[in-house]
Amino acid sequence: MKDQTAVAGIGTTDFAKSLDDSERVLALKALKAALDDAGIRPGEVDGLSCYSMEATEEIDIARNMGFGDLTYFGKVPYGGGAGCGVVGQAAMAVATGQCNVAVAWRSRKRGSRSSRPWAGVSSRVQGDQQRWSRPWGLLRPVDEIAMLTRRHMHRYGTTRDHLANVALAFRRHANNNPAAVMGDREMTRDDYMAARWVSEPLCLFDNCLETDGSCAVVVTSTERARDLRQPPALLHSWAQSLPAQHQTMTNFFCDDPLRGPAWACAEKLWSLSDVGPADVDVAQLYDAFSPLVPLSLEGYGFCERGEGGHFTDDGGIELGGRLPTNTSGGGMSEAYLHGFNLIVEAVRQVRGTSTNQVEGAEFSLCTSGEGVPTGALLFRRDR
Amino acid sequence: MIDQPLLPGLDEESAPFFEYAARGELRVQACADCGVRRMPPRPRCERCGSFEHRWDAMSGLGTVWSFVVPHPPLLPAYSEQAPYNVVLVELEDDPTIRLVGNVVAGADDRLDSIDPHSIAIGMPVEVVFPRPVSDDEGAVVLPRWTPA
Ligand SMILES: [Zn+2]
Repeated sequence: MKDQTAVAGIGTTDFAKSLDDSERVLALKALKAALDDAGIRPGEVDGLSCYSMEATEEIDIARNMGFGDLTYFGKVPYGGGAGCGVVGQAAMAVATGQCNVAVAWRSRKRGSRSSRPWAGVSSRVQGDQQRWSRPWGLLRPVDEIAMLTRRHMHRYGTTRDHLANVALAFRRHANNNPAAVMGDREMTRDDYMAARWVSEPLCLFDNCLETDGSCAVVVTSTERARDLRQPPALLHSWAQSLPAQHQTMTNFFCDDPLRGPAWACAEKLWSLSDVGPADVDVAQLYDAFSPLVPLSLEGYGFCERGEGGHFTDDGGIELGGRLPTNTSGGGMSEAYLHGFNLIVEAVRQVRGTSTNQVEGAEFSLCTSGEGVPTGALLFRRDR
Repeated sequence: MIDQPLLPGLDEESAPFFEYAARGELRVQACADCGVRRMPPRPRCERCGSFEHRWDAMSGLGTVWSFVVPHPPLLPAYSEQAPYNVVLVELEDDPTIRLVGNVVAGADDRLDSIDPHSIAIGMPVEVVFPRPVSDDEGAVVLPRWTPA
């Protein structure tokens, strides 16, 4: 399906710590914005794709939006691992003729304390992801990632300065993006080093934001997209991976815990593509936590294994660097919407409309969560 | 929000690990046909496909593969002991098996009974079995570790 489908429309709501609208209303607003951006009537939509964690049911979205008869609908699990698969599966449905116009979205409200991970938790922990870790006080996703981070530091010499490089790069990018939650908040290396610990070796600024907001995209055939309002963002290649032996977030028990889901995803992504990592002009790498960025740089082949931390040195992931990354500010400084805002930014880069535009960007990569079954999208500027 | 320590929900596969722990034994599930050990316990061997298993006794010696030091906000039962350590221990008998745990001064001591910054990757540790923790579903012994 190489280059056969494209993102023809993107839409977002405001991003903020707290918004009045419900998740459902935010979803409807983002979807309306994306369809308007494309210049497609809601009645033409016949496919939809969403995260399994999405709270609003498909029938509710379809009826409120005034969609036509849907002939494709699907969901992708694993939270932040889902985003790219959600869009990729919508595109696959278009490419195979199951539908003509598909929409995908993520709507999320996390500003409220009642939505935190352990709200409503009971004293007995079920499931292999958590049963074998949480009772000993490894309670939060940040603790689970910190365990792998410490080992990566020990094995490869990754440092807190490398993680600060990640946090600072994304903050600087956000400072040029008026839509970013942290758009007007500057950060220095001293601020990073002085921040409170959350789970050593990870501090406050190694974590993504808690955000309310919604994003949506419209996917259709490249042929159709070329007749619409916006330059199409061609979906050149995409992939998902749930690698052998994988266990969500607590990948501690497999042969090689530091070889995360990015590796298998990258192998598929590049094998379906005409290009490789060296051809990527700009990347949006899933950043729920800063160490996921060096892990993804390694997994997707931008550097050798163990070199992900060093790759961030000397402005390596900043605008003008080796691989400008998370140019909207990403999950750590724009908004954390399970990675969907990264997809929207990846599209902007091939359209040429980012607030941190990489000049002449032709190939734009977006990835979903590392540490969980994941996905990736490689967009291409239309010629 | 709950204010007691979390306990593992037990099912057919996981329960024996904790039953052995209650008897002061560290045992790991292994395939009864090809002998490959596995963690977490599962119904079927991914190598040979067998549904038959056994529980192999381990020496209880291991080394710290990695560790973290959580700080609040945490659940209350953990927050009042923070900062504390959580370790991933690689077993000496079988380095393919790693277990999440805590290094404590003595089996029944608090999570912060050891300075978390005295922990290091590669540190040798030995399993200990504290008194059971109970809730209305029963009592569970969570294996912990002391410096070896
Ligand atoms: Zn077997």
